[in-house]
Amino acid sequence: MFQTILFYVFAAVLVGSALGVITSRNPVHAVLFLVLAFVTSAFLWMLLEAEFLAIVLVLVYVGAVMVLFLFVVMMLDINVEAVRGGFVRYAPLGLGILAAVVVMLALLAWQKTQELNFLAPPAPAPASYDNTEVLGSVLYTQYLYPFELAAIILLVAIVAAIALTHRRRAGLKQQDVARQVAVKAADRVRIVKMPAEGQE
Amino acid sequence: MEFLTGLWNGLGEGLQRSIIITLQIVAIMLPLILSVAYLTLAERKVIGYIQNRIGPNRVGFKGLLQPFADVIKLLVKEIVVPAQSNRFLFVIAPLLSIIPALATWAVMPVSPEFVLADINAGVLYVLALTSLGVYGVILAGWASNSKYALLGAMRSAAQIVAYEIAMGFALVGVLMASGSLNLGEIVRAQEGSVLNWFWLPLLPLFLIYFISGVAETNRAPFDVAEGESEIVAGFHVEYSGMAFAVFFLAEYANIILISALTATFFLGGWLSPFQGVPGLGDTFLGASSFFWFALKTSFFLFCFLWFRATFPRYRYDQIMRLGWKVFIPITIVWLFVEGVLIVFDVAPWFD
Amino acid sequence: MGVARGHPSDTVNVLIGSSMLENYLPVLIFLGIASVLGAALVSLGFVFGPRRPDSEKLSPYECGFEAFESARMKFDVRYYLVAILFIIFDLEIAFLFPWAVSLDASGMAGMVAMAVFLLILVVGFIYEWKKGALEWD
Repeated sequence: MFQTILFYVFAAVLVGSALGVITSRNPVHAVLFLVLAFVTSAFLWMLLEAEFLAIVLVLVYVGAVMVLFLFVVMMLDINVEAVRGGFVRYAPLGLGILAAVVVMLALLAWQKTQELNFLAPPAPAPASYDNTEVLGSVLYTQYLYPFELAAIILLVAIVAAIALTHRRRAGLKQQDVARQVAVKAADRVRIVKMPAEGQE
Repeated sequence: MEFLTGLWNGLGEGLQRSIIITLQIVAIMLPLILSVAYLTLAERKVIGYIQNRIGPNRVGFKGLLQPFADVIKLLVKEIVVPAQSNRFLFVIAPLLSIIPALATWAVMPVSPEFVLADINAGVLYVLALTSLGVYGVILAGWASNSKYALLGAMRSAAQIVAYEIAMGFALVGVLMASGSLNLGEIVRAQEGSVLNWFWLPLLPLFLIYFISGVAETNRAPFDVAEGESEIVAGFHVEYSGMAFAVFFLAEYANIILISALTATFFLGGWLSPFQGVPGLGDTFLGASSFFWFALKTSFFLFCFLWFRATFPRYRYDQIMRLGWKVFIPITIVWLFVEGVLIVFDVAPWFD
Repeated sequence: MGVARGHPSDTVNVLIGSSMLENYLPVLIFLGIASVLGAALVSLGFVFGPRRPDSEKLSPYECGFEAFESARMKFDVRYYLVAILFIIFDLEIAFLFPWAVSLDASGMAGMVAMAVFLLILVVGFIYEWKKGALEWD
């Protein structure tokens, strides 16, 4: 009962914040609505007992991906009005895509409910149930191949990010710690013997 | 009295639980906020004595009421909301930094008997919530619409994310050694003696975790985000009164959090250092209790203050270099070493 | 919640969560209370503090100078690069967590799987290093 109430509260917040993402005029507000949407989806996943995925959603999407979004949106001075200009022109296309997505989702949901209709809901997991450990026991053995593929994709992402954004600038002054440590007093200071003068 | 018990029994189990949980949360939060208050006093006293001064000594006996004087003063000061700022985000930003700083305490095993939320993904929860702290900083800097604030926020955000990776890798080492994400289980995995605590087998990770913690909280010597000699106070330069106080509370709550987490992950949390010493078995010294947890946490808190009084501030390029080019390679190498030790069951730690 | 699992004093207690989800109830309540506390503190400040704005006070702080140009300037692209690299490494950590807790079970096979995974990413890290993406001045 309590869980059902929580589900509807979080679902309502999720839908509301998703609407906020596409309706707010200020892009920073839009990003923050998206953050809220991610956090509430994490709550919903938690209600499904997907402990690991729920927290990783917060860790990776809210803690990392959305930080990058904020960086970009804050610093790039996007002109929102110019982007909105083509609203009427793109509206039919957008509505068409929306309709297609709704139809597909409805078909899928209908089919799934037909399949699952006769199954009882799963029993709540006991307190000792460790979602992460269960995941770990299959991810690195049974699903080894996709797991290593993920590493390759991340490698491609590293290379792409650097190739696209990194420019070596001229005149950069850098610290070379090895050279700093290797310096001897004799390299820096030269002591010169001079006859005393001026007293007589 | 009978009326009260009758009322209590009539509440139903769910509501009873919620009320007890709420009381327990208050029992965690009140001491925490008091500790924050006295940490600020301790900071001024400790740094004072290190610099041959005596620190605040006017309000109350030896200055012991100073934190309350500070709070009252901040309370009656105006909260200036700059004209060109984004008002809503300006007010919301302090909240976004205090909520994760407090809510992480829900999973802290403070004594052998008490942990508020005994969840299995405890370490993940800690890491996820600490990664949210960066929002308060970025939004405060951006919403203020002031150059110093924005510069401070950008510096701080890039620094926080760099050290978060080193912290994450160090935590992976702790998980490998304990085999659990539950903080209570991690403490119990260190049972034995001082030599069984994780600081010894994971020595490089222990040092990296604590130093990264200092950098994450933007404390000296990693406080370029605050850099009072160049960008005045960084991201909260436009904040005043209670809005500033909330940022301050969040910063100190985070310091206590990092200290408590380091004690839990590497110094055996509430375990007694005299565990296993003959003759002390069931005395106060030999028994595991909240006392040991508090003592270990205080040690790291003192380190925070000590660092601030002794180290000159790092340059920004040095901070980024230390995070990316020193800490991350060391942690990756140590994870390899530890993995090999675990797979081959090397005694005495990984058998 | 309540009594830590497996402890000798672990008695039958209505407060121990019987399911995994019930253990998260305190977390939810804690998040709520923390938000309320933060909001209460800031509103207390608005209630007790005076409110005497003037145009000088409300202008952005710039060491006594008149503020010139907008504060929202364009930032060095390296900040974005750092943020992107952070996402990638964060994902790596997310992959390492389940591996670390199940290493005892997966043993040598798990160790080799992760060694390959990390080696691939170390290649990326070395590329990053050699390209100078980690340099700041």
